[in-house]
Amino acid sequence: MSSDNLVEFQNVSFAYGKRPILKGINMTVPRGKVVAIMGGSGCGKTTMLRLIGGQIKASQGQVVVDDKVVRDLDADGLYHLRRRMGMLFQFGALFTDMSVFDNVAFQMREHTDLPESVIRDLVLMKLNAVGLRGARDLMPSELSGGMARRVALARAVALDPMLIMYDEPFAGLDPISLGVIGNLIRRLNDALGATSIVVTHDVHESLAIVDYVYFVSDGVIVAHGTPEEMRASDKPFVHQFIHGEEDGPVPFHYPAATYDADLRLGGKNA
Amino acid sequence: MTQTCDWGVKMPSRIVKAVRRVGARVVDGVWRFGVASRFLFLTLVYSGTSFRRLHLIIKEIFSTGVLSLIIILVSGLFVGMVLGMQGYDTLQRYGASESLGVMVALSLVRELGPVVAALLFASRAGSAITAEIGLMKATEQLSAMEMMAVNPIARVVAPRFWAGVISMPLLAAMFSAMGVFGGYLVGVKLIGVDEGAFWSQMQNAVDFQQDIVNGVIKSFVFGVAVTAIALFEGYDAPPTAEGVSGATTRTVVTSSLAILALDFVLTAFMFRGEG
Repeated sequence: MSSDNLVEFQNVSFAYGKRPILKGINMTVPRGKVVAIMGGSGCGKTTMLRLIGGQIKASQGQVVVDDKVVRDLDADGLYHLRRRMGMLFQFGALFTDMSVFDNVAFQMREHTDLPESVIRDLVLMKLNAVGLRGARDLMPSELSGGMARRVALARAVALDPMLIMYDEPFAGLDPISLGVIGNLIRRLNDALGATSIVVTHDVHESLAIVDYVYFVSDGVIVAHGTPEEMRASDKPFVHQFIHGEEDGPVPFHYPAATYDADLRLGGKNA
Repeated sequence: MTQTCDWGVKMPSRIVKAVRRVGARVVDGVWRFGVASRFLFLTLVYSGTSFRRLHLIIKEIFSTGVLSLIIILVSGLFVGMVLGMQGYDTLQRYGASESLGVMVALSLVRELGPVVAALLFASRAGSAITAEIGLMKATEQLSAMEMMAVNPIARVVAPRFWAGVISMPLLAAMFSAMGVFGGYLVGVKLIGVDEGAFWSQMQNAVDFQQDIVNGVIKSFVFGVAVTAIALFEGYDAPPTAEGVSGATTRTVVTSSLAILALDFVLTAFMFRGEG
């Protein structure tokens, strides 16, 4: 029997050395939904994806994926779980020594015994879904940023995963590519019957396509709700974030001594 | 200023700091050596995939071995030609210029072939391996592979390791062959040493077991060392531009030193006072 939630964070904390990144995160991702994790740069969003994939282990609490506690899995169990996950990395992370076709075919060749003719059909189907069937013979260095992201997306869904994770899918894209990627995330999720987690700080694109939003700041979840609830929210952080205000709960200034003291205007001799 | 060190002795703080720095460097070095050994061990453990899928190794042999051919062959030719000139100059003083072939062949097969070829291999192929793996890490390609449930050590590191280990003895052999040819060109064709003596004395003096096999063993050991260092430095590189460039430099420096040190040790074992 499987629960309604594909991914659950139960009071998860994580620290790099002594520097705490996540402090007691509770989060649920229901099956079939597209959920966004939003927050400023360096607030621990990507760390959450790495915890789900088991690349790092929580120092406290547990991450549950498909009713399995990720930390308790051995190497085989972890690899088995990862075969049913797809991940889109920030800048695509395409294998630079392989063509677009071979990139998308990579997992099929590694994990299945499918004959090459079947792999060819599958790869062309995946590439067609992202509109790049004609680019199959190009090398990653010949692709624009938006195209590379789409190829990476085709590669991430190559084995029809149950969970697709996106790490900053919108970063550094032009407005057209932005809309294309946003729509693809939604369409692929619904077509594959998958569940998606989008880590992003791009407010407008993501609020338009997701079902639920978690706001992370300084290692804790400060707000969560549907996009409508978030737009209407009067919580200071959410308001600052959604409207892109310069100063607020997230200060403009990096912590420092007072301006007067730094400029030595306080009457003391330098 | 004085400072109390860990044993309660008062010492000038400059000295304490210096000793601490040295200590930290040594501990760091030993630590890294341990991590590198573990990395090599894992590479061997996960080598199964590369041998089941030989085309992975063959592709890497092309980029490490075949693409290093030109520099190896040209260098071998010049080293052999220089040996021919210098050797003739020295040998004719003792009236032994017919032994030129022996001198050229033994120097190359025993020492210069494996060592110089390995040094060239370290700077041509080793640095390329480090830069490639370092960049794959920096652009999250290795991380992406892990998330696709493919072990990067099995898929990326192991094939390159075996490609290097297979290529190195072959390159050293070609270096030596080219060098002998260079020595022949200068010694026989240019200077006029007797051709028959050149080849027949060489054939009599070069021993298969003692010279050829030992030379191959050397180049094999150098191949393991250079490739393992290059792979480890790339895999361990900080994922930044400075990180990768620093790692590439370290590969060339460390593997060159390793080659020369290992050569001394191996020579001491192979040729102690015999012949």
